[in-house]
Amino acid sequence: MTRAPVSGWGFWLLILLIGLGTFALRLSFIHLWGRIQFPQIVHRALRFIPAAVLAALVLPALLRPEGSIDFSVHNLRLIAGVLAAVIALLTRNVLFTIAAGMATLWITQMIH
Amino acid sequence: MSLTRRQAFNNGLLAVAPIVTGVIPFGMICGVTAIKAGLSPTEAMGMSFFIFAGASQLAAIQLLAQGALPVVIVFTALVINLRFAMYSASLAPHFQHLPKRWRWPLAYLLTDQAYVMSINRYLGDQADAQTHKHWFYLGVASTLWLVWQPATAAGILLGAAIPASWSLDFAIPLTFMALLVPGLRDSPTLLAALVGGALAVAAADLPFNLGLMLAAVGGVAAGLIAESLQQRKQGQRT
Repeated sequence: MTRAPVSGWGFWLLILLIGLGTFALRLSFIHLWGRIQFPQIVHRALRFIPAAVLAALVLPALLRPEGSIDFSVHNLRLIAGVLAAVIALLTRNVLFTIAAGMATLWITQMIH
Repeated sequence: MSLTRRQAFNNGLLAVAPIVTGVIPFGMICGVTAIKAGLSPTEAMGMSFFIFAGASQLAAIQLLAQGALPVVIVFTALVINLRFAMYSASLAPHFQHLPKRWRWPLAYLLTDQAYVMSINRYLGDQADAQTHKHWFYLGVASTLWLVWQPATAAGILLGAAIPASWSLDFAIPLTFMALLVPGLRDSPTLLAALVGGALAVAAADLPFNLGLMLAAVGGVAAGLIAESLQQRKQGQRT
């Protein structure tokens, strides 16, 4: 790959802008809470954020590993992911979940 | 039983330890990808230091390599990081008593993993759920930061030596899955996850990763509706 036209000071300015913007997003409500009254619905909605966002991060990685939806047995990441999910339910252990998923993927890659 | 600050901090260290296994490959991938795209080691480290958000770093590197306009790169990275505003809202009630000198560093350290581990702790029934909450968070979040920087450096140094067949990138969704499952406590949260996941799969082709935000909002809405219906049913019974 070739290097983009953004270089030197331009690159650092770009990184600084993304960094500052990201920090602003991270700080937003933590800074405002207690200074502004938020409606009741906001308070109620908060507890659903982890489940909705995490599932939105996980499912496309399993069902669309190559970009298009793949429900077949050739989708090794889906197989490994389903098994990891079962281990997660049974053990509630982060390390076992990651290990089970990675091990399944490596083994299925070998025999595929 | 009330914990000391140190105990709450140590609980954070204990809780985050297994998560580190999934974060190291992610940091390494950020380092490798940056070098392959033509960035210098200093620039690659600078990204991890100033941005400290893997998914947006990878997207920015990709766009840099494609020669995209700077304004497009900034916009894309920030849209990917919009979820941090939701996390910020979710954690805010727990940090509201803290002064600025606490709130600002805690905000800088906010990541997917730090957020989910802390909120699960606060909503669970552990002993330190009500005292020194921010010390638990600090234990988790500062560890992740301290792992992220060397992991990026390792990726920069080992770049070409890591074969693609290891599929290290798969550790990223697996980490999120390990964080997701303990939080599914009732049917409204389960529905929020199902709707969020389904929408993300359906909307994965939208530009700027907007599908993620759409999925998050849809999932949260589904959870709220399910909760309302549940409460109405219970109201009819009494």
